[in-house]
Amino acid sequence: MTLSEGARAGTRKLEMLDSLLALGGLVLLRDSVEWEGRSLLKALVKKSALCGEQVHILGCEVSEEEFREGFDSDINNRLVYHDFFRDPLNWSKTGEALPGGPLGALRAMCKRTDLGPVTIALDSLSWLLLHLPCATLCQTLHAVSYQDSCPPGDGSPVGKVHVLGLLHEELHGPGPMGALSSLAQTEVTLGGTMGQASARILCRRPQQHPTDQTQWFSILPDFSLHLQEGPSKEFQPQSDPHIPLVDPMAHLTFNLHLSKKEREARDSLTLPFQFSSEKQEALLRPRPSQATSHIFYEPDAYDDLDQEDPDDDLDI
Amino acid sequence: MFPELNNLLNTTPDRAEQGKLTLLCDAKTDGSFLVHHFLSFYLKANCKVCFVALIQSFSHYNIVGQKLGVNLTMARERGQLVFLEGLKSAVDVFFQAQEKPHPLQFLREASAGNLKPLFEFVRDALKPVDSGAAGWTYPVLLVDDLSVLLSLGLGAVAVLDFIHYCRATVCWELKGNVVVLVHDSGDVEDEENDILLNGLSHQSHLILRAEGLATGFCRDVHGQLRILWRRPSQSTSQRDQSLTYQYKIQDRSVSFFAKGMSPAVL
Repeated sequence: MTLSEGARAGTRKLEMLDSLLALGGLVLLRDSVEWEGRSLLKALVKKSALCGEQVHILGCEVSEEEFREGFDSDINNRLVYHDFFRDPLNWSKTGEALPGGPLGALRAMCKRTDLGPVTIALDSLSWLLLHLPCATLCQTLHAVSYQDSCPPGDGSPVGKVHVLGLLHEELHGPGPMGALSSLAQTEVTLGGTMGQASARILCRRPQQHPTDQTQWFSILPDFSLHLQEGPSKEFQPQSDPHIPLVDPMAHLTFNLHLSKKEREARDSLTLPFQFSSEKQEALLRPRPSQATSHIFYEPDAYDDLDQEDPDDDLDI
Repeated sequence: MFPELNNLLNTTPDRAEQGKLTLLCDAKTDGSFLVHHFLSFYLKANCKVCFVALIQSFSHYNIVGQKLGVNLTMARERGQLVFLEGLKSAVDVFFQAQEKPHPLQFLREASAGNLKPLFEFVRDALKPVDSGAAGWTYPVLLVDDLSVLLSLGLGAVAVLDFIHYCRATVCWELKGNVVVLVHDSGDVEDEENDILLNGLSHQSHLILRAEGLATGFCRDVHGQLRILWRRPSQSTSQRDQSLTYQYKIQDRSVSFFAKGMSPAVL
């Protein structure tokens, strides 16, 4: 790779995570069993933390240790982890569970007092959608995501709010998925082929056409993103060299081949319904009456002779 | 346990990984041989096993276990195995007055219940005993199977919550393992089962999927096993790995071979 290509690849590397975090609002990360999205979520969390934003994690699906694994200590110090993994439904009744559950924690983030940019990572939005009514969740997400559009009275600028929601596609029907989709500013659908992951990014910028692009990428162990070119287009399924090519016409009891004379005779044959100029001449030439064929018809006794021509109404 | 399956999974009772959720599922075939494998595997690994058996009786598992080299009766007597026999104890819900809720208390509830009593049963069975006499390696929860809980009237979210709490306690807190079996309804449209299966798939570290052959029943090849490793703990750059093998179940073992390489065919 030349220097200029490397530089462009470097700028492109920043662009994917930057473009996902450029708009405020809700970013949906849609993953599946085969192509998981938690590592991309962690890459975005790391990027936000490195940009100096305050990062809140609503952890419902994995333990805090597992989520923090792979981050170095300066990033971990910036993460505020709300643990809903150990006892989300308050079954242990020890009083340690955070009051109000995950919904209460989300609503509390609507009323934050400091106004810097903040990133809220929901791990996962699917868990919330399975446990909360869809309408309540959508209203709360809307309230959290669009805080910056209602500035406080003193005119101080409000920092952007990013809400990153990890959504497992197979778990929800088209109704809730559509509702969350319409709330989201950016939608990333994870997929891939032949061992390489791809992200289809749909961005809805205000007053602009939505953009749709696909990026091939891989995530490194330290949760930084590495853009890739995509699977090689020259890839073709190689024919198995171990299978010898067999001539299927080798051992037949009948002859499929044509000799040269037979081939010439076949090529010079005119087809019966092909309208060539010779045929046209033959038809237009007045025919001698003897050459025509006669049809002798003797009607039966009980035959019903209808003089009216049934084809009269056809315009031939 | 089946030594060939151990080779495929690259594990032995001595050096099995801890803190993992393994999902067994079967489609158009019977995947219970996997349950017998893991039961005998973890008993041989000297783990404390809590087995929530909702499908078969204790003697059934005992008979199969003896073919695989473990004695469930003795394991239960010495406290290594805690066995909840669903078929027998379901009746106790109705006929025995108990102080605290029965693990299968949800059978009595008319409205959609939850599995908190069952979770408390599991937690009490596997929590480390301070007497320190036995010294089991780590706790293991085995459930056969979860789909029957859906048939008994629970919602998919209630079952997912139960497994969530089991994961939090057994996998994370006690550093043990959880192995569950879920049936895949396949062509039959069963939304609740699909939510349960997909929800568990997202949380699992290892998915073993036994499928019947697409062409139907065969005497020499009983089915196909797909192994999917998810969430590798070390590095995220390594993509999830997936392997497929065909198998034949014999009296005391299961033999595995690559697709199309059955000894009967070659």
